[in-house]
Amino acid sequence: MLLASVIAVDGLIYASWLFIVALGLTLVFGVMNILNVAHGSFYAIGAYTAATLVGVYFAADRPAAPAFLLLFLAAVAAGIPLGALIERGLLRFMYGRDPVILVLVTYSVFLVFEDLILLVWGTDPYFASQPSTALGQTDLGVLSFSTYDLSLILVAAVTGGVLWYALARTRTGRILRAVIHDREMSAAMGVNVGRMFTITFIVGAVLGAFGGALTAPIISVAPGIGVEIIVLAFAVVVIGGLGSIPGALVGALLVGLSRAAAVHLLPQVELFTIYGVMTLVLLARPYGLFARAQARRI
Amino acid sequence: MSEPILVVEGLEKSFGGVAAARDINLRLGEGEVVGVIGANGAGKTTFVNMVTGYLKPSAGTIRFRGRDITRLGPREVTGAGICRSFQVPQVFGSMSVHDNVMIALGIAEKGALASWRPLETGERARRATALLERYGIASSAGREVRLLPQGVRKLLDVAMATVSDPELLMLDEPTSGISTEEKNDIMDRLMSALRAGRKTVLFVEHDMAVVARYAGRVLAFYDGRIIADGPPSTVLADADVRRHVVGEALHPHAA
Amino acid sequence: MMDRTLLAVAVATPLLVGAGFVMPSWAVFLVSAAMAKALVVLGLLVLLRTGLIPFGQALFFALGAYAAGMALEALHATDAFLALAIGTLLSVVVAAALGALLARYRDIFFAMLSMAFSMILYGLLVKTASLGGTDGFNLPSPTYLGYAPHRGAAETALYVLSAVLLGLAMALVHLYLASPRGRLAEAIRDNEIRVEYLGASVRGAICVKFVIAGALAGVGGILSALSVGHIDPGMAYWTSSGEFVFVTLLAGAGSVFAPFVGSLVFETVRSFAVQYSPQTWQMTLGTVLLLVIVFLPGGLWSLAARLRRARA
Repeated sequence: MLLASVIAVDGLIYASWLFIVALGLTLVFGVMNILNVAHGSFYAIGAYTAATLVGVYFAADRPAAPAFLLLFLAAVAAGIPLGALIERGLLRFMYGRDPVILVLVTYSVFLVFEDLILLVWGTDPYFASQPSTALGQTDLGVLSFSTYDLSLILVAAVTGGVLWYALARTRTGRILRAVIHDREMSAAMGVNVGRMFTITFIVGAVLGAFGGALTAPIISVAPGIGVEIIVLAFAVVVIGGLGSIPGALVGALLVGLSRAAAVHLLPQVELFTIYGVMTLVLLARPYGLFARAQARRI
Repeated sequence: MSEPILVVEGLEKSFGGVAAARDINLRLGEGEVVGVIGANGAGKTTFVNMVTGYLKPSAGTIRFRGRDITRLGPREVTGAGICRSFQVPQVFGSMSVHDNVMIALGIAEKGALASWRPLETGERARRATALLERYGIASSAGREVRLLPQGVRKLLDVAMATVSDPELLMLDEPTSGISTEEKNDIMDRLMSALRAGRKTVLFVEHDMAVVARYAGRVLAFYDGRIIADGPPSTVLADADVRRHVVGEALHPHAA
Repeated sequence: MMDRTLLAVAVATPLLVGAGFVMPSWAVFLVSAAMAKALVVLGLLVLLRTGLIPFGQALFFALGAYAAGMALEALHATDAFLALAIGTLLSVVVAAALGALLARYRDIFFAMLSMAFSMILYGLLVKTASLGGTDGFNLPSPTYLGYAPHRGAAETALYVLSAVLLGLAMALVHLYLASPRGRLAEAIRDNEIRVEYLGASVRGAICVKFVIAGALAGVGGILSALSVGHIDPGMAYWTSSGEFVFVTLLAGAGSVFAPFVGSLVFETVRSFAVQYSPQTWQMTLGTVLLLVIVFLPGGLWSLAARLRRARA
């Protein structure tokens, strides 16, 4: 019983993290049909920016509470300019091209950013653990968890909720859903698809950077952290169905819980749980759990 | 009729809540030339898609020369002896007309696919040219298909469908998208090429004049069902057909 | 009347072999690396013609090498041909199994799923202590059916083997692509439905091409590992796959010579970049990839073709 609780909570924490990280990727794919490899760069730059801001903030003796705002600020500061730059400066000239080519375009952007990160922040790792240590531990019965980790669940829920609300209830959100459904038809009905793309990409960038910023307090921010993320985020998104936000949620939960179970029961397979889940899901549903229906072609 | 080559019994197809085909029954005899008419959405293409294996029926059976082909895919149906052409010609747009036919020959010829000999051999090229000449499109042989007019693409589509020498040919709107002046020309070319091979042909068509001219038997589709089946003179004069397919009852003064 | 390309291969291969005896050591090493890479890219060319770009060919590159290395160690052998036979066999078996699964997919799914599987192998290799974990393990200096080259000649011997294998591969791939089976590739890329309706199995054809690409990548991996004398999990990492895809696009799918040309350019630029500016290598790679995609979608080979046409 105790083990089950540990697995459940650990799983939920990891799922929350995965969800936030994968959300931006699936949103961009759903609207723009682009699998953005540079999502890993947004994550990394978000983490580095957060680490820098937190470092500057805590250089003087300051209260811990406002530091959390810094994490969000870092995400926005990194995500908006980068997202705008890449979408307006590069991607919008490539929209007609083959989706696989577009992936390679985003891959080249990622490569460029990898070295830019080195140039700006150097090779030494950064630590920004103050927000995490400031929150300390929370006791759930006899179990003790890092409060920061638990708060990720709340953050994921809020982020998911805000995004759901934005898509379901706001005018821009509903237009976005129309574009997801049928780009050509939306354009024919007067939707400024170009502007929708820019908005979506920027939101995706901010979400990616947010994932990185949130992670900064619990890891050592060092070169290469963006690389791992791309593969993980992609797997979650594939499981859920490319472009599906509920899919990303379910995918994150499946992977999070499976991984937690593996860590506590069979540690040797921990690294593969995500790919194992992905393979199993794909065998049953070739395009993911919430894949979109295909129209008849002949 | 003597032993029918195609027997369709109780064929049904629904997509979610939409019934695209209801209780389709048909017996097709060897050598018949059948015209299929019906408004858009009546189920004609769905029928062709099911017989040729692209769609699996929700219920019913399809037998070809006694063999149950209901669950087979397009590749196996082609192997069994049924080929088709498409409403939107399914050809290899980025390749030349010549290459299109060569690919078709390379697949259809026994043992060609397994051979290390190049696709482009003199022998095969001659056969390709002969086929193109039979359909009157040999002059476009070297040109890239996507740059060619609809008429040529339609003829190429049919030509490729005949490469494996099928016994039953199903043509989906062979003259759609072609100007009225050219329609008869295209159909003449098609029909004489097919008649030379003594094939059984079923063609979907919207132009009643074309149907009347070439079909020996007509099937009328409406709302997923076959509402009339018989010689053209009878079917085209049928009241239900006139109402649901030809649309004459809506314009009583336009006669 | 021999095919022009085959003739060119028949002429170029002995020249390439001969060059190995006159070039300085660093050049022999560089060209060997380029040839190993070219083999992988040759396989990718076949798939590119079919309209598919897998992002995980590093799987077979590493698999071939590890299988060969483990076999040599287990059998206390050093024969290069034995290494090649075993490594390639395993690559073919895995490619057949994986190909059957991947052939259901296209475009991004095909690309990324293949990458996911290469990362599974990477994870396995890193975790397996008996294979050296992240450090990998060393390979003995190869022998060739009894012939054990002395120190100075070892590099040249492997170079000659690589050149011969590359020449052979180029000839075979060229013949394959000209055969009806090979020509199906462009047809599949153009219109799969039509191919099925003509009576050929699209999935079967894709699977076969995937196995060919896997086998070639395996051979490339074994040669690369023998050249360097070392195997490590990095061979399976997705950035390794990224390099293969990069060279494929750089080279273009126009001719079986393109992979070698592209690989040579890549290896040359890389060795200079790494020497003079290692912190900007990835940036350089990314920028060049972008330039190729935007300005030269047919790769370097199409540039050569364009120049030829301009002169004519």
